[in-house]
Amino acid sequence: MIRVILPQHLRTLAHVGSEVELEVEGRVTQRSILDALEARYPMLRGTIRDHVTQQRRPFLRFFACEEDLSHEPPDAPLPDAVASGAEPLLIIGAIAGG
Amino acid sequence: MSKVRVLVGTRKGAFVLESDGKRERWDVSGPHFAGWELYHIKGSPVDPNRLYASQTSGWFGQVIQRSNDGGKTWEAPGGEKTPEPGAMPPPASNKFVYDSSPETGKPLTTHQWYDGTQKPWEFKRVWHLEPSLSDRDTVYAGVEDAALFRSTDGGKSWHELPGLRGHGTGPKWQPGAGGMCLHTIILDPSNPGRIYIAISAAGAFRTDDGGKTWKPINQGLCSQYIPDPTAEIGHCVHHVAMHPSRPGVLFMQKHWDVMRSDDAGDSWHEVSGNLPTDFGFVIDIHAHEPETIYVVPIKSDGEHFPPEGKLRVYRSRTGGNEWEALTKGLPQSNCYVNVLRDAMAVDSLDSCGVYFGTTGGQVYASADAGDNWAPIVRDLPAVLSVEVQTLP
Repeated sequence: MIRVILPQHLRTLAHVGSEVELEVEGRVTQRSILDALEARYPMLRGTIRDHVTQQRRPFLRFFACEEDLSHEPPDAPLPDAVASGAEPLLIIGAIAGG
Repeated sequence: MSKVRVLVGTRKGAFVLESDGKRERWDVSGPHFAGWELYHIKGSPVDPNRLYASQTSGWFGQVIQRSNDGGKTWEAPGGEKTPEPGAMPPPASNKFVYDSSPETGKPLTTHQWYDGTQKPWEFKRVWHLEPSLSDRDTVYAGVEDAALFRSTDGGKSWHELPGLRGHGTGPKWQPGAGGMCLHTIILDPSNPGRIYIAISAAGAFRTDDGGKTWKPINQGLCSQYIPDPTAEIGHCVHHVAMHPSRPGVLFMQKHWDVMRSDDAGDSWHEVSGNLPTDFGFVIDIHAHEPETIYVVPIKSDGEHFPPEGKLRVYRSRTGGNEWEALTKGLPQSNCYVNVLRDAMAVDSLDSCGVYFGTTGGQVYASADAGDNWAPIVRDLPAVLSVEVQTLP
């Protein structure tokens, strides 16, 4: 199972706790995880990546295994520890005041 | 006895304030959607328990929320789980995509940016939701960058009425300080094809064919802050109000100037009269007296607070020009809040109630048409919008 940690406001929107577990078929990438996340929680569509361009929203970042993966290509494989479920993918809102 | 429900959108959530017809004791619920900006919440005139809310965030974008029980519980329409793998996903209630298709849309052209250069349209947020007068599942959305959208499935999916954005003057539209927002939508109860909208800073527009074609209705407006003060396009209209019994009469609070039209916006004349300043954001009309109007004068475009630190609602009982200050119960010293464009509303009880919210977090109410005021709440986050429902 893939583990994803959402920022607080998206947990509230999706009515979930701090960590979400997902089944991801095929290669584990940012895109495949977000596809699985949005299929299970459709209210999150458009909140992490743009509906049309599929670009990451500018005030969100992706981290895992103490690495910033925000600027990696969406189809690049994520670290093995994420694919095995040993480590979560963290979706984090930028600290921008307020 | 009748009840009143006040729907308050703030910078950090939504609040629902309810009272009986006396309007003396209030129950407050909220914050709903804590931490999010709630630009607007409005109920359906057909089914008052059907509410629509615009929930937005600089981080997470736009969400549309809907309630079927007057704000006790909420759902993001279309947010249900996909039925099975490979099945069509549910519609996305927060998907606002400009219609640039060859069949029904208009090309995604550019608008003017602050520095005079051109910039492509880009969706930011929903400023205003206007439920249909005849169908609880139909609702209009005014968005930034300025365009008009409509949903006919209760907010699950949205489609642009592209005739407005694409009618030809778009390259002259420009953002006001808050962004290039379509903030006012008025549905004519006597003519289902007629809709008025207003945009900062483009001006007011009207359609008479249900949104297919639009015309600017800005003749008579004069704005010294634009290169051609009497141009057809470019005026920073802050808000427009119409009384349902006289749909051809409009009142406008412009950036500067309070204006009136008696011919459905074809021409305007100034009715600022003896106001201490004619800058402001809100304007509204008494529920039973179509010539009684309300504004909250603000000192200037550079100083968004009441003149002299005195929070005063001004009322005209003559359709403008002659104004009286209403001060009883409002702070008359050291008050430096603002009242934003969608933050005033009236109820329709026999003694008309008037309500407004401030950027200081107060929601003031008057149960006697403005003669006396009292705060319902006074420490909310900055108030963005106030709507009122009068319930049986």
